[in-house]
Amino acid sequence: MSDVVLELDGVTKVYGEAPTEVHALRGVDLTVAAGELVAVMGPSGSGKSTLLTIAGSLEEATNGDVRVLGSSLCGMSRNQRAALRRRSIGYVFQDFNLLAGLTAIENVTLPLELDGMRAKAARNIGLEALETLAVADHAEQFPDELSGGERQRVAIARAIVGARSLLLADEPTGALDSVNGEAVMKLIRAACKRGLAGVIVTHDAQLAAWADRVVFVRDGSIVDQTSARLGPESLLASESRS
Amino acid sequence: MSVRHALLALLAEQPRYGLQLRQEFEARTGEVWPLNVGQVYTTLQRLERDGLVESDDHEEGPQKTYRITAEGSIELDAWLHTPDTGVAPPRDELVIKMLVALRMPGIDVAALLQSHRRQLVETMQWYTHMKADSDQDANDDMGLALLADSELFRLEAVVRWLDTVDSRVKQLATPLPLAVRPAAQPARRRQGARR
Repeated sequence: MSDVVLELDGVTKVYGEAPTEVHALRGVDLTVAAGELVAVMGPSGSGKSTLLTIAGSLEEATNGDVRVLGSSLCGMSRNQRAALRRRSIGYVFQDFNLLAGLTAIENVTLPLELDGMRAKAARNIGLEALETLAVADHAEQFPDELSGGERQRVAIARAIVGARSLLLADEPTGALDSVNGEAVMKLIRAACKRGLAGVIVTHDAQLAAWADRVVFVRDGSIVDQTSARLGPESLLASESRS
Repeated sequence: MSVRHALLALLAEQPRYGLQLRQEFEARTGEVWPLNVGQVYTTLQRLERDGLVESDDHEEGPQKTYRITAEGSIELDAWLHTPDTGVAPPRDELVIKMLVALRMPGIDVAALLQSHRRQLVETMQWYTHMKADSDQDANDDMGLALLADSELFRLEAVVRWLDTVDSRVKQLATPLPLAVRPAAQPARRRQGARR
């Protein structure tokens, strides 16, 4: 699939004003297609989380353009951006961000119902998403009754439910042990294989390695990216292990 | 890893031919560690010489069956319980490259670090995708997953070391604010000039 879902075109973000202004992003260009999982990797303060919040229209760029499914966020009203977020963009955060007073299924169906879908239809779609993430048995439980791994699965279900096109994740395995973290990344990768465009930001090389492409951010700019992976032959050739 | 002890471990399960040992060894290391059949037989001969395995004397060639002896079991158990010293001498090639690069004029250390970081992450992507794509049959792929995990943790440690080098170099390049700058600047310069 090569349908472009997310395009960042010369995006800059400046916080504050001279002489103390901080340039968080400096002319970032990034394109992510449907079916592709891209990792944005960089140290703390490199601008990677800002990149994600701007891509997800949670924050506005100072300059440049962000397009989701071909529509420029710059030309949108506040309400139009909110509708785009509800319908097309899913977010996964390190600390899950589930609403404590709602059950797993209510957390998942909330964006659908806010968007005007009838409760019964939303519930069916929500249960399907929980089923995909293997947590349908926990649908009626509250977040504090779930393990960390289960909570993050519910959060991913909420992020992919309905007709979402873009999945944005900020250190999605940060609060999990390595086996649960791996399970979560498998699910995110599978969601992208089914046609979502995915962007994860992380400082963790093991997490970034799940992506099809890794872009490296430094001081607000993309400085490098990975290309085709090494094959087994070249690996074996480089390590004389007989 | 010791091929000698890996063969002993396979024989501890059941007696096997040389060719079977080779196939099992490769299957369990995810087929990313090819083993020469000549190496298998040479190792078996040495193990037999040392009394750690025994074979059917009447059979020769590929049908010759090997089994572990009581002494072999003791040797295997001792090897399994011996901790890795974990003390590698500091002569890793990448470490040497960085130490050299830091002293060389005209080298963009950040770009050099990034070049190594990218290549390491590309290799990590290969291992991760191999692991992700190959869990259809859990039994067969357990060895592969463990091997991939081990390489991923090792490579991750190298990437983290590069990140630390990057931060240290960046810190050195950033002048300290006047208030916290050490008073004895000229003394530091003299110290450097002594060499």
